[in-house]
Parts: sequence; C-alpha cells; structure tokens
Amino acid sequence: MVTSATSLGRSGLHDWIIQRVTAVVLAAYVIYLTGFLFSADAIEYNVWRSLFGQVWFKIFSLLAIASICFHAWIGMWIVSTDYIKPTGLRMVFQVFVILFCLACLIWGAQILWSV
Amino acid sequence: MKMKFSIYRYNPDTDKKPRMQDYELEIEEGSDMMVLDALLALKDQDPTLSFRRSCREGVCGSDGVNMNGKNGLACITPLSDLKGSKVVIRPLPGLPVIRDLVVDMAQFYRQYEKVRPYLINNDEPPAREHLQSPKDRAKLDGLYECILCACCSTSCPSFWWNPDKFVGPSGLLQAYRFLIDSRDTETQSRLADLDDAYSVFRCRGIMNCVDVCPKGLNPTQAIGHIRSMLLQQGV
Ligand code: SF4
Ligand code: SF4
Ligand code: FES
Repeated sequence: MVTSATSLGRSGLHDWIIQRVTAVVLAAYVIYLTGFLFSADAIEYNVWRSLFGQVWFKIFSLLAIASICFHAWIGMWIVSTDYIKPTGLRMVFQVFVILFCLACLIWGAQILWSV
Repeated sequence: MKMKFSIYRYNPDTDKKPRMQDYELEIEEGSDMMVLDALLALKDQDPTLSFRRSCREGVCGSDGVNMNGKNGLACITPLSDLKGSKVVIRPLPGLPVIRDLVVDMAQFYRQYEKVRPYLINNDEPPAREHLQSPKDRAKLDGLYECILCACCSTSCPSFWWNPDKFVGPSGLLQAYRFLIDSRDTETQSRLADLDDAYSVFRCRGIMNCVDVCPKGLNPTQAIGHIRSMLLQQGV
C-alpha cells in the first residue's frame, strides 16, 4: 500500500468520505445563508448580530469553517501530489496549507464566539 | 489521392530530441485502409520507421498509438475516421519512448501485476473445477475482454501524474474483474490493497479511458463499483 503521511484521512476512502461530507455541509450553509439574505427585510447590524448570537448558528458556522479547512486540506494535498514533484517543495506547500487551514479554523472560532 | 502523415520519430541512440517527420502515401480514390496498413506501407518507403503490431485485428493490443490526438489501435482505426488534412501519429502519451512509436510498457504492467490479476481460491480444491452460475459468470462481461493495450491508462491525466502509485483504468478494470468473481476468495485482502489515497481514489472521473477503449469497455464504471465495495466494507 502507498502511504501518505500528510493527507488528512488515513485511507483513500477516509479522505473521499470527508470530502463528500464537508461538501454537503458547505452546500447546506450556503443555501441557508442565501435564503436568510433574501428573506431578511434589511441586513443591518441588529439582524446580523441576532443571527450570529444564536448558539446553533455559531456551531453551524464553525462546522462550515471546519468543512472548508478539511475540504481544502484534502483538495490541496491531491493537487500538490499531482503537480509538485520536488519532495522538499511539496512538503513546504503541504505544511503551509495545513497550518493555514488550522489557523483559519481557530481564528474563525474566536471570531464567532466573540459575538 | 495523396494522403499526408506526420509521424513522431525518435531514436535515443542517435537523436538529441524527438521530431515529427512528414510522409505521403498514395491511396486509391474511393478506397479506405486501416492506419496500421498505412504505417506498413510507409515502412516500405522508410524501413527505419518503428512500431509494434501483431494480430492486425484488434485482438493482441500491441499497436496502441495516438492518432490525431486520440489513443486507439492502429489496426482497427480506418483512415477515414481521422479528420483533418494530415494524419498525426504519436506514441501513447506518458510512457517512455523506446523508439519512434514503440513505448516502454513496464510501468503499465507493474500496475497490472499489483492487482494480482489471477484467480485466488483458498478453499479445498474441488474434484474437477470451480463451478460458477451463469448469473455470476455474466458479471465478468465487460471486464474480461480487456486486451491490455494501455490506450486507456495512457490517456488518463491521473496516470500521467502518478504512474507509479495510481493503478490506472486498465489495472482497476482487472482488479474489479477478480473482486466480482464468485470463485475468488481474496476479496477482502484485494480491497485492503486498494484503500490508499492513490490506487483507486486518484481517479477523478475524467472518463478519457471510456472515450478511447477500443473494446468499448467502461473502466470508470468498474472504478465506481470498487469504490462502492470499499464503502460498504468501510462504513
Ligand atoms: S475516469 Fe478515472 S481512470 Fe478513467 S481517465 Fe478519468 S481519471 Fe482516469
Ligand atoms: S480497458 Fe480497453 S483501453 Fe484499457 S487496456 Fe483494456 S482494452 Fe485497452
Ligand atoms: S495489431 Fe493486434 S491489436 Fe492491433
């Protein structure tokens, strides 16, 4: 079996499932948010704040951010293993993507819970 | 009617890099011929032109080449199928060229070997033979016909980028042929061998393989079945 130390999942199937599930979460989030934007009378501070003030929406948003991170991690890992052949460069790119994703996740959580 | 050809020429012993060479062939008005026959006629003009062929009827799989940008078997591709003023013939893409249209298939065969393309049955051997119901036998249709011509794998971008790790459409079609065989008892270990990030999952459903297979087989579908088998087992 071919090993893949920097991929997110431990197997091809694992990565594949994560990729599908995160895509569904993202689709749900985008659809919900679009619906909200169109149904709200006016998008102003109070409306926005009350939406993000609800715990369930914070969780939903955090799930969406996590989904983007994991989706990007897997996607960029695949792209890098297709197109970046020098091992050193590939490694640097992958580590950068992983750290960037994790940083976004933490930062996102911090923003969401500061509301 | 004069027909124009442009053919990839490369002899690693004497040439620094590959080049395209132009040829012309007189073809009787209103008649047609297979690309292989044209190549043989051109070889009469220029005996240094090299290519592989054997059965000349789409059975052996040795004359896979790239004709006007699409992989196929020269022996069953009529010249009239190739559009344009010139027929451009190149070796199968993505494999090392040994000479002219002859490619080194080692990488392709290595992937084939990996899937253990033979029946494994660890049960007590039967007195005469392993029997199979007509219904189970029918599951092998569309799989066993593969002639290993490599037209599919060498048209697959995923195979170009990772020929050492991605099994490729041809190998995966063979893998499924033994996964689905009712007489094979190694289904679990076969599946375990395929569950890494490359072997199966590097298939991105581009479907070039289906487009070029001269036997009309559908590797993408077989790959989908393998994925479902992995899913059923892993969830
Ligand atoms: S469907 Fe999969 S195997 Fe076939 S050409 Fe596309 S990526 Fe390759
Ligand atoms: S699946 Fe078709 S194209 Fe691929 S090796 Fe077999 S016969 Fe050739
Ligand atoms: S020569 Fe055998 S397949 Fe074309």
